[in-house]
Amino acid sequence: MADQQSPLVEMRNISVAFGGVHAVEDVTINLFPGEVVGLVGGNGAGKSTLMKVLSGAYSRDAGKILIDGKEVTIENPRDAKALGIETIYQTLALADNVDAAANVFLGRELLTRWNTLDDVAMEAAARQVIGRLNPSFKNFKTPVHSLSGGQRQAVAIGRAIHFNARVLIMDEPTAALGPAETAQVTDLVKKLSDEGIGIFLISHELRDVFDLSDRISVMKNSRLVGTVFKKDVDEDDVLGMIIGGKHPGVPEALTSGAALATEAAATA
Amino acid sequence: MVEATGSSPNTAPATGGAVRRLMRATEVDTRLLGMVGALAILWIGFHIMSDGLFLTPRNLWNLSVQTSSVAIMATGMVLVIVARHIDLSVGSLMAFVGMIMGTVQVNLLPQLVGFDFPLTWVITLLIGMALGAAIGAFQGYIIAYLGIPAFIVTLGGLLVWRGAAWWVASGQTIAPLDSTFRIVGGAPNTSIGATASWIVAALACVGIVLGILGGRRQRRKFNFPLRPIWAEIVLGAIGIAAVLGGVGIANSYGWPKGLVRQYAQANNIPEPDFIATGIAVPVLIALVVAIVMTFLSTRTRFGRYVFAIGGNPEAAELGGIATRWVTLKIFVLMGILVTISASIQTARLNAATNALGTLQELYVIAAAVIGGASFAGGIGTVPGAILGALVMQSLQSGMVLMGIDAPLQNIVIGSVLVLAVGLDTLYRRQSD
Ligand SMILES: Nc1ncnc2c1ncn2[C@@H]1O[C@H](COP(=O)(O)OP(=O)(O)O)[C@@H](O)[C@H]1O
Ligand SMILES: [Mg+2]
Repeated sequence: MADQQSPLVEMRNISVAFGGVHAVEDVTINLFPGEVVGLVGGNGAGKSTLMKVLSGAYSRDAGKILIDGKEVTIENPRDAKALGIETIYQTLALADNVDAAANVFLGRELLTRWNTLDDVAMEAAARQVIGRLNPSFKNFKTPVHSLSGGQRQAVAIGRAIHFNARVLIMDEPTAALGPAETAQVTDLVKKLSDEGIGIFLISHELRDVFDLSDRISVMKNSRLVGTVFKKDVDEDDVLGMIIGGKHPGVPEALTSGAALATEAAATA
Repeated sequence: MVEATGSSPNTAPATGGAVRRLMRATEVDTRLLGMVGALAILWIGFHIMSDGLFLTPRNLWNLSVQTSSVAIMATGMVLVIVARHIDLSVGSLMAFVGMIMGTVQVNLLPQLVGFDFPLTWVITLLIGMALGAAIGAFQGYIIAYLGIPAFIVTLGGLLVWRGAAWWVASGQTIAPLDSTFRIVGGAPNTSIGATASWIVAALACVGIVLGILGGRRQRRKFNFPLRPIWAEIVLGAIGIAAVLGGVGIANSYGWPKGLVRQYAQANNIPEPDFIATGIAVPVLIALVVAIVMTFLSTRTRFGRYVFAIGGNPEAAELGGIATRWVTLKIFVLMGILVTISASIQTARLNAATNALGTLQELYVIAAAVIGGASFAGGIGTVPGAILGALVMQSLQSGMVLMGIDAPLQNIVIGSVLVLAVGLDTLYRRQSD
């Protein structure tokens, strides 16, 4: 990984507006393989919108996206998935009236040799991937709307990790979870980044962000305040960025591409 | 799996008696079972109140033929409703497609290839299907890609296609139709007869057994728990009994005397006492449509996507489903089903008229909704829609047998629609 020069993901000068509301303005961030970048900021700062551009849910008004240094077109969620970008949405985005396996495989169903849905095979695979997160998960036959918040979260995560993602976007993945389940997600993030997956992690829990991230990007009022190495800052510095929008004065962790690559390799 | 089942594995198993255990073990849809029960009560009630006229082979055979056209369209309407849309244009579209098919077989083809051309009916049907699909695609495109609500688009369609149906022949009726084409209309003497009906029954029984065995084998492959053997046997036995009973009834309905006499004279034979009618052609078509549509909606990606879109359109899009393309396909399917029903009804009338299918959109929607389709989206089944069509038609023909006037019939059917949906809503609220 030490010879990695270009980032896995680069979002350059991204802007998104909804009518008159500028949700994201001229934001540039990047992500290296095996790296966790924490994306933090107050409510309405534009974090989810920025990530939804990467996952193909929103279209951008300006800027470009590069994967492995090459510009790509992401116009819908299918494009993003084809590039190996998987997302756990803040709202989970589950199809409520179908079961867990149908959700894990939504849009990528396993088929029998007659081209019909292979529900049994999908259930078997779903049992495995969801069981990894939540060993007590049992309700594979019920529509997911009748599941608990934690179980729904497990389904959403299962869907994102089952397809060998290269980039994983996790938007508040632990918001609906109790302490035990949160610990499982934390373990999972570590394991996945060890496997070389790049992860964007949005979280309100600064403790989790500090625990898991290599770098932290802070947004405020739809703009990027800055990106810092975790090792250079403490929670107060980051709080100052989130609330006051003021950069702590440590080296900017975004600009130096080559240095970054070495850094990412060292921390991975 | 996509159907809402009344019982979930995590509800307390200790409560409830043998019936509950039977239902759990067989994993049947309690809602569907309730509808079958309601239908049984309806039939027995009508039988008693009409002094024994309802549950006769003749009436049941007619009921099956009359139900088929609405049932066929209801299987498509249920998917339209599941995906949170509506199609108000099906009645008018029927008239337009029917008029075009009438013109093709009566005016166009005879000029080109002469009368009694053996493929007239095939060409007519193909042109009708293509037209139905194209109009469905057109409406579906406006709904899916231009984002105009289906209610508006198909309300426009209701007016446009009715008007277009008039224009095809300036309001004239087109008759008589091609004699082969008329077979799809379902007269007793063009039904498939006793032997073929028993063959169909045998195939259906084999299908039921193979379906059960296939399901078990697949689950065993992944070491999933199997249904208890006795539950499989009960399910299979009920299915086989229903098939054999239905075919038995169809075969015990004989041709009317007039047709028998004509037949005997035409073939120069002594008049037989009894010629078994068997399954009517439109009923056979409806059965095939029912199987294909059930298969499409439960066993294919397309069906899965329709339900996912209905459950949460945004999530479906984020999940990577091409939701607009799926929506367009739903309306194409609806257009094809409308064409099938238009063929049946014009063939049955032996005429194409621009009034064909008037108000049918409402019966079709009512059938789907009585069958459990929910306008909130994501819920509905093809078998439910067919049962819904059967309930509607049973009500109507039962009231006719009882000598109830048409205005009162409408009042009853309208009330039943609201009552059925009301009860269903209460039931769902409770079981949630
Ligand atoms: N689909 C949308 N339509 C209109 N405005 C939106 C939409 N999504 C987000 N916004 C607006 O964009 C801004 C940023 O929202 P969001 O990205 O959700 O913030 P965060 O995730 O950081 O809390 C907010 O003002 C929000 O109201
Ligand atoms: Mg957010």
